[in-house]
Amino acid sequence: MYSNDQLKEVSTQVRRDILRMVGIAKSGHPGGSMSSTDILTTLYFNEMKQDPATWTRDGKGQDMFILSAGHMTPVYYSVLARAGYFPVSELATFRSFGARLQGHPSIRKGLPGVFQASGSLGQGLSAAAGLALGKKLDKEDNFVYCLCGDGESEEGQIWEAGMFAVFHKLDNLIAMTDWNGKQIDGPVDQVAGEGDLAAKWEAWDWNVIVAEGHDFDSIKKAFELAKAGKGSGKPTMILFKTEMGHGVDFMAGTHKWHGSVPKPEQLEDALKQLGETSLGDF
Amino acid sequence: MKKYIDTGKKDTRSGFGVGLLEAGRADSRVVALTADLKGSLKMDAFAAEFPERFIQCGIAEANMVGAAAGLAITGKVPFIGSFAEFVTGRVYDQVRQEVAYGKANVKIASSHAGVTLGEDGATHQTMEDLALMRALPDMVVINPCDFNQTKNATIAAAKYEGPVYLRFGRPSVPNFTPENEEFVIGKAQILNEGKDVTIVACGHLVWEALLAAEALEAEGICAEVINMATVKPLDEEALVASAAKTKAVVVAEEHNMAGGLGEAVAGALARALPTPVEFINGQDRFGQSGTPSALLAAYGLDAQHIAEAAKKVIARK
Repeated sequence: MYSNDQLKEVSTQVRRDILRMVGIAKSGHPGGSMSSTDILTTLYFNEMKQDPATWTRDGKGQDMFILSAGHMTPVYYSVLARAGYFPVSELATFRSFGARLQGHPSIRKGLPGVFQASGSLGQGLSAAAGLALGKKLDKEDNFVYCLCGDGESEEGQIWEAGMFAVFHKLDNLIAMTDWNGKQIDGPVDQVAGEGDLAAKWEAWDWNVIVAEGHDFDSIKKAFELAKAGKGSGKPTMILFKTEMGHGVDFMAGTHKWHGSVPKPEQLEDALKQLGETSLGDF
Repeated sequence: MKKYIDTGKKDTRSGFGVGLLEAGRADSRVVALTADLKGSLKMDAFAAEFPERFIQCGIAEANMVGAAAGLAITGKVPFIGSFAEFVTGRVYDQVRQEVAYGKANVKIASSHAGVTLGEDGATHQTMEDLALMRALPDMVVINPCDFNQTKNATIAAAKYEGPVYLRFGRPSVPNFTPENEEFVIGKAQILNEGKDVTIVACGHLVWEALLAAEALEAEGICAEVINMATVKPLDEEALVASAAKTKAVVVAEEHNMAGGLGEAVAGALARALPTPVEFINGQDRFGQSGTPSALLAAYGLDAQHIAEAAKKVIARK
């Protein structure tokens, strides 16, 4: 188990990776990547039973993860690389021609750790529900995790999957929402009026946990509670309250960094703010 | 010409139901999902015998596609069943992302395709689904012709590793192919050898093509009839060999012109052996309510229209 200090160090390095990746690629989505960094770091370094050395796409005998908000590849790829799924040096190839690190997750380039293509929003929770049902049919104990965006949850299919997971009693499914309140065109409440996600998921009859997505104690506690939901017959939704662009002052809390890339001088400033870590840049 | 006996009219969707049950018995990885159309898709027997492997999704097709992809990733062989329009047009992006691009071993069981769905009318009668599915890389597209072939194609689809679109229909149609003939994906069947014209057909129109060939024979025209049950990958070898012999081709399908079997055949011939082609299809139209036979005639899809097209294309040689 990683201590909070260790997780903090990994997260700092992941945020550095995110910014350097989008900087090199001159494209990509840093905002949501930085809001979900602490969640995914905790998930991969502390929670998931998944071994890079024996990883296979069928996920037999391991926990599985689907990134439903597929545009958050910078954080996903960095965490996978830092967790040992592929060399960290490969992060430099993000979004380039021929790279395994496609703009959105792909299973066609053989990148270890990726179970399914994603990026067309609203679909990953259904795939995760299918994985969870497959594990139930095979009488496997492992969990299936899935990360959605709050903007993404405007898609109707998310709620279809919500109904399906309850109906089929998928209590081995732990979904998470990066509840940063922002989407491309602006704040979520000004773009779509999504309202209170906690109330909505409760109405859908899920186990609902609200947690602080940048507080490692809160994140750990949320996962603990989620796993304790096994046997309840209900899937769990953890709503992580987060901040888009978290960790860099000029990026934090604004939708403008959803899919924008820092200029060289901004990148320098951002990396200075984050500080270096013992893990080292790719 | 070779005689084909109708052993009794049956619906192709029932062939799917029997094939699904057989596939399920042969392979415990086979699971079946539906979006509130268990009865229409003839999944009852499978559901009764394998209740744990039958997954009801409710009226939520988009989620059904994604859930099937997830099941496939864990090693299951999922068949998802609904009306043709609702497992293609309604969920095109889901099928594209989760199944085709995701290379998920999902079988799309597509019933009630074409105008022969009949009385429900155009909202439910897709004439565009072959085009949508053909356009997807790595998608195998099969449109078998009768009950037996649909059963055998279902069994073949279960054994095949990869995404398959399996299209069939609602009405009872003549059942004339052998009961237990192995279905080979990508292999056309020469139902009748001829020398004057080639009639290529799929689905319900294969029987109409045979009737047309009989009528042509009475007029001294010897038609070769090809059952192109696998629309993709197209058996170009069989097609080109036949066109080389007859030098005239008619393509018949219960689908519109754009993106259907006709364009697939025309494209293959344009590359390999430019040949005059006439097209029997819904052209560029929506369907409407009516009986299947009335609609086949009204949309120019029956044997009479096929025979006329054959004479027309022969005149163009």
